[in-house]
Amino acid sequence: MRGINKTFPGVKALTSVNFEISKGEVVALIGENGAGKSTLMNILGGVHQPDSGEIKVNNKIVTIKSVSQADSLGIGFVHQELNILDNLDVGANVYLGREPRKLGIIQKNIIAEKTNPFLKVLGLDISPDTPVAKLSIGQQQLVEIAKALSKEAKIIIMDEPTSSLTLSETDKLLNVISDLRDKGISIIYISHRLGEVSVCADRVVALRDGENAGLLAKDEITHNSMVSLMVGRELERTTNTNGSKIDQTKGFETKDIITSTYPNKKVSFKVSSGEILGMAGLVGAGRSEVAQTIFGVDPNLGGLVYIDGKKIKRGSAKASINAGIYLAPEDRKRTGLITQFDVSMNVSLASLENHSNGLGIINNESEKTTANEQIKKLNIKTPSAETPVINLSGGNQQKVVLGKWLSMNPKLIIFDEPTRGIDVGAKAEIYKLMRRLADRGVAILMISSDMEEVLGISDRIAVMHEGNITGILDREEFTEENIMHLAVGGSSES
Amino acid sequence: MNNSKLGFINKNRRELGMFGLLIALIVITSWGTRESGVQALFESKFLSADNLKNISREIGIYGIFSIGVGIVIITAGIDLSVGSLMALLGVVFLYFVTPPDTRPDSFLAKVIPEIPWFAAILLTLLIGTAIGVFQGLLVGKLKLQAFIVTLCGLLSYRGLARFSADDTSINISDSSQNLEFLRFLGEGSLSDVLSNGNGSGFLHSVPMSFIYLICFAIFFGVLLHKSVFGRYIFAAGRNELATKYSGINTNIVIACAYVIAGFCTAFAAIPFCIYTGSVQPATHGAFFELYAIAAAVLGGCSLRGGEGSIIGILIGTAILIVLRNMVNLFGYPTPLSDAITGGVIFVGVMLDQHGVSSIKKIFAKRRVTGN
Repeated sequence: MRGINKTFPGVKALTSVNFEISKGEVVALIGENGAGKSTLMNILGGVHQPDSGEIKVNNKIVTIKSVSQADSLGIGFVHQELNILDNLDVGANVYLGREPRKLGIIQKNIIAEKTNPFLKVLGLDISPDTPVAKLSIGQQQLVEIAKALSKEAKIIIMDEPTSSLTLSETDKLLNVISDLRDKGISIIYISHRLGEVSVCADRVVALRDGENAGLLAKDEITHNSMVSLMVGRELERTTNTNGSKIDQTKGFETKDIITSTYPNKKVSFKVSSGEILGMAGLVGAGRSEVAQTIFGVDPNLGGLVYIDGKKIKRGSAKASINAGIYLAPEDRKRTGLITQFDVSMNVSLASLENHSNGLGIINNESEKTTANEQIKKLNIKTPSAETPVINLSGGNQQKVVLGKWLSMNPKLIIFDEPTRGIDVGAKAEIYKLMRRLADRGVAILMISSDMEEVLGISDRIAVMHEGNITGILDREEFTEENIMHLAVGGSSES
Repeated sequence: MNNSKLGFINKNRRELGMFGLLIALIVITSWGTRESGVQALFESKFLSADNLKNISREIGIYGIFSIGVGIVIITAGIDLSVGSLMALLGVVFLYFVTPPDTRPDSFLAKVIPEIPWFAAILLTLLIGTAIGVFQGLLVGKLKLQAFIVTLCGLLSYRGLARFSADDTSINISDSSQNLEFLRFLGEGSLSDVLSNGNGSGFLHSVPMSFIYLICFAIFFGVLLHKSVFGRYIFAAGRNELATKYSGINTNIVIACAYVIAGFCTAFAAIPFCIYTGSVQPATHGAFFELYAIAAAVLGGCSLRGGEGSIIGILIGTAILIVLRNMVNLFGYPTPLSDAITGGVIFVGVMLDQHGVSSIKKIFAKRRVTGN
């Protein structure tokens, strides 16, 4: 791809961007959110048309006007949000829209026959008639790749393929990628997870503000070199600023809490005032469930919760909120925010009683003032308090979620995957904010699957495996190996 | 124009557009029913005191239950039981206010006692509200689908109404106690209070049901647009899960919407059955749930929830009633009225969703392909 330009109404998305990939190469495409990665790939995948510039496949100039045209050129796209129908089985998904048929009747056995080899290549030990709903997210991802392979893709674009995978699934995927490379397939790998990029990429292409920001050859790929290309400066890693104001006499404690996913396991832990407790573990270890049970949106099956040594009422989110326990949930758009509501309405949603009179009539002035305070304090980049949050970037949306809670009186804030889908610059801001909150005396529980984040931010790390806390690490024990050991079920003694 | 004005127009675009449609319909109808000349516009059949009185009475009754249904729609729900509930409550109310010996021969007719008019009104409201509570709990708490729950309501209340009336029409009987006063409540107008029935002029001919509607609109307008509860209704309709995660008991909020709908329906049922004078249980209130949904959608409520306004629902109701009136006055066959109404709603909503620009786009494309 050479000299690609693309303008969206009001935004210049790409300016003279060049990109190339050879047969059997893995090229990682990195850049902050909004750097133009997805636009560039959407042009290659036939979703958008460039304003100018040329695309060559096998040295032939081509125009890619549609997704099906991209398909026929051997360009497959595995999107970040899985485009998979979970009411159908594996084979039906792989051959969706291209079902082999006879007199209009789908030939299921032919689909199975054709699908099997692709599944085998990808190391998927499942039958083509397995319903997709029964597969893990990681397996579903592989089914998408199988779909691309079945269309004889020579170039596969993967957009954030690991953002919802567990660590072991990620490893598996990285293995699959190197297998595919050995078979001569080219892979364009878009990811925010620089660790994975340094493992699998032969070359790194960085974009910044819609322009080429630089290239890294295999032996130049390091965390720092990638970050500096993406942000245009060396970003100091927010690490090892140990909590200085930890007060062990205060804070949050839970005893024998039971979640509905693991009804016969009990979880107990403590987060002191001023402390950030990281919570690591594989996806499915039950971390989010613990958070949701403490917060009161999942059913209360038993267990006690204390704030500053006092037992608090449980059973509803309202009770937890009244006690100062807040949750910034994993899925911002689904559970954290009402995206069509404006910033001010989102900030006030949980505390409307404080902005209303005895008759329950809302005081708009007071509501707006609070929202503007939070916008200022959290440095939320929004045109105004009346802007719908759907128009804000991921990082700013996360800040709106926080604004909702910080306008009240937090004792424990649970962050569930606080920086998922957020770019590097905004991540650093969120980390600083967490530390600032902790220094103000708030206890913080941070659930995260991002290893760097857990190691960099936490004062202690609790690791979960299948509903149990298998160990709690102090700072001197912080290593990736220790966490992994506990995450797969090893005990802390061995 | 300053920014706040622009903001107002943007925020209320749907309502303003539909208000424009309403005005257009009024002008067209007035024009089409005038005697002759432009001056006569204001003396058209449409704008005659009698006609205005009739349509405002209808707007009053339809508006009240449409508000209830609209609020349910804002929670992303639906209430299909309105028409049948009006029939059932109509039968029950008329039983309450008529002596048992004038009723048809059915089980319920023998059981229900004759009671004083105010008790009859209160009990009818109570029954409607209780049915709302029942449906609300099924939808809000047990998370059954609103469509199914209220569809069952639509079938069962209609059946109950027909059974309890022995499938014959129940008339408001001359032997009813306080008949005069009930008539006033149901179909009277302001003149009856202001000047003992002798008043004339615009204000005096405002029917009671229109006055009820104004009270309902003010009350529910404040509730929906100014109060915490109203904000929760919109929030739960937009994103129930996120609302729950903000510590709000969305089950109760959603259930309340059905309670409101039940109450509004019951309230509208009383003047409606007095006004019609008799309840034919098989057809009384038939399709009213659909008119209510149409009014709400015309007025800007989205069936996906979280969108809509009381003023919009009022405008939507008025459009429906004026349209029907227009068909009548123009002398088109009455059976055609629903077809015309359907067509106008379709065009109105289509224009609103895709705008004039999309029509331009269609033509623009034609031109390109034509070349």
